[in-house]
Parts: sequence; C-alpha cells; structure tokens
Amino acid sequence: MQLRPILSSLSHHKLTASLLMLQVALTCAIVCNVVFMIANRVEQVTLPSGVDEAGLSMLNSESIDKSENRLARHAADLAGLRAVPGVTAAVAVDTLPLGRDESSYGTCASAEDLAKAIAARSMMRDGLCVQPAVYGGTQGEVGALGLHLIAGRDFRADEYVAGSDVHVAILSRALAEKLYPGKDALGQSVYAGGAKPIRVIGIVDTLLRPHLRAPEVNQYAMLFPMLPNDGEVTYLLRSAPQDRERVLRMAAEKLQQLSPERIIPASGMRTYAQMREAYFQRDTTMIGLLLASGFGLLFVTALGITGLANFWVQQRRRSIGIRRAIGATRGDTLRYFQTENFLIVSGGIALGTLLAFVLNAALMTQYELPRLPWHYLPIGALVLWGLGQLAVLGPALRAAAVPPVVATQSV
Amino acid sequence: MFGYYLDLALRSLKRNKVLTALMVLAIGLGIGASMTMLTVLHVMSGDPLPERSGQLYCPQLDPLPLKYQQSAYGPDPRLNFTWPDAMALVAAHRAERQAAMAGGALLIRPAQAGLRPFYVDGRYATTDFFAMFGVPFLRGQGWSAADDAGRTRVVVLSDTLSRKLFGTDDSIGRMVRFGDADLRVIGVSADWQPKPMFYADASAKVFDDADQFFLPLSTALDLKFDTNSNQSSWSSFEGDMKSPVLTWLQVWVQLKDAAQVAAYRQFLIDYSAQQKALGRFERPPTQARLYGLMNWLDRQNLVPADVRLQLWLALGFLLVCMINIVALLLAKFLRRSGEVSVRRALGARRRDIFLQFGIESAVIGLAGGVLGLAIAQLGLWSVRHRPDDYAHLAQMDVSMLIGTFVLAMLASVLAGLLPAWRACRIAPALQLKTL
Repeated sequence: MQLRPILSSLSHHKLTASLLMLQVALTCAIVCNVVFMIANRVEQVTLPSGVDEAGLSMLNSESIDKSENRLARHAADLAGLRAVPGVTAAVAVDTLPLGRDESSYGTCASAEDLAKAIAARSMMRDGLCVQPAVYGGTQGEVGALGLHLIAGRDFRADEYVAGSDVHVAILSRALAEKLYPGKDALGQSVYAGGAKPIRVIGIVDTLLRPHLRAPEVNQYAMLFPMLPNDGEVTYLLRSAPQDRERVLRMAAEKLQQLSPERIIPASGMRTYAQMREAYFQRDTTMIGLLLASGFGLLFVTALGITGLANFWVQQRRRSIGIRRAIGATRGDTLRYFQTENFLIVSGGIALGTLLAFVLNAALMTQYELPRLPWHYLPIGALVLWGLGQLAVLGPALRAAAVPPVVATQSV
Repeated sequence: MFGYYLDLALRSLKRNKVLTALMVLAIGLGIGASMTMLTVLHVMSGDPLPERSGQLYCPQLDPLPLKYQQSAYGPDPRLNFTWPDAMALVAAHRAERQAAMAGGALLIRPAQAGLRPFYVDGRYATTDFFAMFGVPFLRGQGWSAADDAGRTRVVVLSDTLSRKLFGTDDSIGRMVRFGDADLRVIGVSADWQPKPMFYADASAKVFDDADQFFLPLSTALDLKFDTNSNQSSWSSFEGDMKSPVLTWLQVWVQLKDAAQVAAYRQFLIDYSAQQKALGRFERPPTQARLYGLMNWLDRQNLVPADVRLQLWLALGFLLVCMINIVALLLAKFLRRSGEVSVRRALGARRRDIFLQFGIESAVIGLAGGVLGLAIAQLGLWSVRHRPDDYAHLAQMDVSMLIGTFVLAMLASVLAGLLPAWRACRIAPALQLKTL
C-alpha cells in the first residue's frame, strides 16, 4: 500500500480533512475525560458503607414534649419497635453512614499529639490529628448495622453513657491504621476533643462517614457508646428486605401510639437503599448525562466520517474507475479508503491526546478531578480507530464496487 | 432570487435525505443540550428583586482573630455577623434602611382541631426588613422600632400559613403558638419568595425555601428560639447568642446612590478601626467590605459545580456538532463545483453563489433550531424532575426562547459561512474544463 497517492489526494482536501481531524481530536479529548469522570462517579456511587444495607430501614422521631425524659422515651419506643412483627433488631442512633448529618471531633493518637495540636491552634496541621465522624447509638448498634468487627469486641451494657463523656470506642480500620500506623490499635487510647483518654476496644472493617469528603478520609469514623439524648432521634430497624415497607408503616403507627407528642417526618421514613440513592442522586444523574454525551459525541463523529467518505467516493468515482482500469483490485480500493481514514483519525488522536490533558488540567483546577491516568488514551485511541474503520466501511465498499468501465464514461 | 435559492436548497437537501436528517439531528442535539443548561444557568443567576437589587447592599466585617484557620469543610464565619456588630450597624442608621436578620424553623401547635403540630420556616428580623425588601402586605403591617426594643410578642404570617391556620378568616389580632410562646398576628404578607433567597445564609435551600412567618429578632432571642443559620465561633462561648465571638446574623442595608455607598464603605472601615482600637478586632479595618446584591450572589457561587460541568459538556458537544457540519457542508458544496462553475460562467456573481449556499445552511440551522427547542423542552422537563432545590425553576422564558433561535441560526450560519465562502471562490473556467 503506497501512502503517497493518499497523501497527495488529502492535500487537495486540506480544509475538509483538517476539520475532520479536529473533530476526531475534540471527540477523543472529551470522551477520554468523560469516561474518566464516569469511572470516578461510579466508584463514588458504589462505595461500600460497611453496613449490611439490604434489610435496613429507618425513621426519625422529633419529640415536641420538652418535659419528657428522653432516655426513657427512647427505651420505651425501642421496646415497642422490637415488638413489631418482622423486626429482628431495633436501635436508636444519632446518624448513619451516608446520613449527611455529621458530628466530628478532632482526634489524636496520644496526649502529646493533642497538646502539640492545641499549641499549633490547628487539629489538622502536620497530620498530627484527624477529624473522624462519630456515631452514637443504643446498645446493639454494631449488630443492627451489620458492621464487620475484625478485632476486639462490641460495647458492654455498662459502658453506655448519655452524652459524649465516653471511655471506650470502636474505630474503623482506616482510622486505626491512620492513628497507629504499624501498631495494634486495640488497647491504645485516643484523645477526641477533650483531654480524657478513650480506649480502643474494637475495630470494624469498613465504616463510611455520614458526609463524604476526600477519598482518603471517607472512612475515618468511630463508634461511641453514646446514647442519643436529643429530642430528634433516628430509629434503625432490621427486617427481611421484603418486609421493609410494612415494618416502616407499622413502626410509625406504633410510635404515634406510644406517644403522640412527636413529629415523624415522611421524608425521613425510608429504607437504607432509598437513603443511599438520595445521597448519590446527583452523581447518578451526572453519570447518565456523561454517558449520553459520550455516546452522542462518538455517534456524531462516526456520522461525520461516513458522510464525508460518502461525498469523497461520489466525487472520485471517475478516478477510482481509472485506477481500476489500469490494474487496481477491489481490495486496493477498499484499503485505499481505509488507510485514508486511518491517517485522518490518527492525526486526530495525536492532537486529541494533547487536548485531553489540557482539558483534564482545566477540570482538575475547576472540579477537583484527579489526573487522567495515561491508560485511558490508548484505549480511547483504539475505540476511535475502530469507530473510524467501521464508519468508513460502507462508503469504502461502495467505492470498491465501482466498475472499471466508469473510466471510459465521460462524466 | 431568495425564493429560487430556497427552492434550490430544499432540492439539494432532499437529494440526500438521510444525511440532511442526521445533520439536523446533530445540530438539534447540540442546541437542545446547550439551551437546556443555559436556561438552568439563566434562571439560577436571575435577579431576585429586579426593582430594588440596585439599592441593596450586604456589608461584611472581619472580627476573626489573626491566627484563625479556615477549615476546608466549614463555612466562613465572616459571612455572618455577631450580635454586637449587627446591632451596632442597625443602631448607627447610616443607611437609608438597615436590618439584621436570621432564619429559624419553629414548631407551631395549632389550636384548631384536626391540625397536627408542624415545623415551619421563617425569619427573625429588625423593623426595616419589610420596607427595605418591599415585602407586600395583604392586611396589617410589620412591627415598629419600639416593638424591636420592647421585644413585643408579635408575628407577621405569610398568606399560606395564615390560610393553613385560620382558613379564610382574618387572622389579624389572633394568637398563634410558636414553640412555647403565644404570638399575636399583626400582619399578613402576600406569599413572597425571592429566588434565590439572597438574604438567607449558605445553609438555606435558597431556590426552594420561603419564609412563612416574620417576628422581631429581639423577641426570638428573648424566647430562646433556635436559628437555622450557620453558627460559627472562634473562641469558647457559653451558648449565649449575644456573644461577640459567634457569628450567625445577616445584615442588609439600602443605599440610594454612589455617594451613600462610598460613605457607608467608609463607615464600615471606621467602625472596624474603632473596634480594633478597643481590642476586639485584630485584623486590618480595610478588611471590611460592602457588596451589591448581584455582586454578592456572584460571590456566593449558587450554581452547583455539577450544573456548570453539564453546561460545559453541552457546549463541547455543540462545538463538535458544528465542526462536523462545517466539514459535511464543505464536502457537499465542493462536490457541486461543476454546477457552481457553470452558474459562474453563465454570469452568477460570487455573492449569488454565497447567498445560495448560505440559504442552504440556514435551512439546516432553522430545522435544527426547531428540533433543538423541542429537545431543550425535554431536557428542562427532565431537570424539573431532579430533586434539587433549583429544579422547579427550570422553565424557558421568552428571552431564552428567542435565545435558542438566535443560537441555532448563529451556529448554522457560522457553520455554513466557511463552506459557502469556499464554494463561491471556485473559478469558472478551471472547473468547466474537467466536465
């Protein structure tokens, strides 16, 4: 296959060819970044919470009776909820992984670190301390959430307190590894907010925070044996997945019956799956839009390649006929158009690679997107080459079908 | 001549129906996507009070200690005011009107049978709030400066809340139980919902929320009503909302002209200097700022990053579609070089050829515009089904409707310009020879 005739023919269509090349380049740059953004969002949406989500549902209760004893109220409510048929576990919690409401404490691995952090007037400086989310709840929270305890034990009944003055804590593995790198965190004491040591008695495998931040801190979380003591509380119910809707309905009735002096907002009555979906709703929308625009771009580019090749085949019927008459085979003609397309797409990809990184750099400053991994580019190039060959196949086959006799016709 | 060219264009487009349809589809998709996102952006950056926004200003002080470290996740404490600063600014009366305010959600216990207690959003404010923002009253009026000073237990209800509690009855003079206190209704405002709710702080859903009641700030403080504004403190405070190290209030002022604006700016600097001399402020007095309403909204960056990303995506798509159409039209026009040179040889001027091909591209643009408009309506319909607070605003107004057609025509004429220009440069003789 000789490139010279192709190149000289392309030089007659400089403008059109470079426009197509530009289009391929832009498509390459945008699609690479779009796919990368989709991958990032999918990773976000499918983040494991550490919670056994399938059978969980919850509802909020806001007490409007200021005089009532809240601890007693919660205990009575829980006893009532456990009696609802189908409920296998019920606990009161202050917040949940992906529940958005978050309380976090500046937490240090040792008293010295805490003193240094206070002296520096910043908990975060020098990475001395971190800001993990804290979960409080009634006894049985670890079991009800279905968290995977990988070391130590759950809280004992006598360790629960009302308020944040706790003496023991269960850490997520990520937090334990961050605070005590290379050491066994079990039995160590963390300092969270105050000067009092809090002993680590257990470690759970995965535990996401209520409100996601950067990927490296998303799993900085710990559980305190801290009984919810606010008027507003979340009741977490475990049941068989198919029972969730019925259990929620019956639970709301039960609570209303136990004490009418409360508000149970309809927006808070939902399954864990619904809460998760709501949390990531913007990301799911974005994934849909990114997918649509990615496919849209590829479609438009394929359309451009086919359309242009079509015109060129019609325009060159005569020269194709002449080439055929002087000995070129059908295969030669087919390969001619395929090679021509390959050259144009390759030029586009070369420019597109550059543009992809420029675009990525712009997105990195604007949208906190990580750097585009280089392996997206060869994959993108392969896709575009394949797409180009596919798009040009129809017109190229039509060109190959031009009979040599065309050469003898005058127009 | 125009009719003839139009006829020629339609014939030429009919000759290759599939390609024409695909070109129209491509430009329609690009325009539809772009207009959907431009409309969302347009409604989100609208003027909440078109008649007054030019006179409304948001002051800002900097009471933070020198060594304060802003957390990446927390709100900037300087966006709100401490009680002493807000009260000093309101009491100084250096603007035409000035008001301090904060949001709150309160429990209402209706006396009426059949109504369960419910929470409702509203605002605690000082007297000038109504006159400054032009809140329309259906009945009654707001409270006076004397009520502010006397912590009078009065409330202004929105029409919606008044109807919910009292039906069609006149609610003026009636009592409503907010939390544990009875407040007397002195006014009913028409439902008033500036979009965005510029005077609320960043914790509010500014495109969705509406205040259902208004009561004096001093009364709210007296009754220990909670606020749902961001509360930021940089030193320990014992739950006292009047603490000088806790910001939670918003302050707005009305200024008539440039001279007043300059004078007020100077006043803020003087006030800061005075506070610094007293040892309360540590930072330079020139940190004090005064923002116009629209300027303030720009700084608040109310458009979510995702929406901006979607706009860029749509515009990128439109760009690729346009390049695609330029290339296709160019190839299509150049294939008709023979026809062009015959026409040129028969006496057609360059501008005739240009016009002929220009009309052909305009026809594609017009069809693409119509399709784009339909696609944009579809896109906006889908945006309205998002559970975001701005979703219900996603409607096309007349200006965006016209904008869609202007964009479509601009896109297609721009796309047709290069090919038409290239086609009208075809020399008559050279092309005739090859025939």
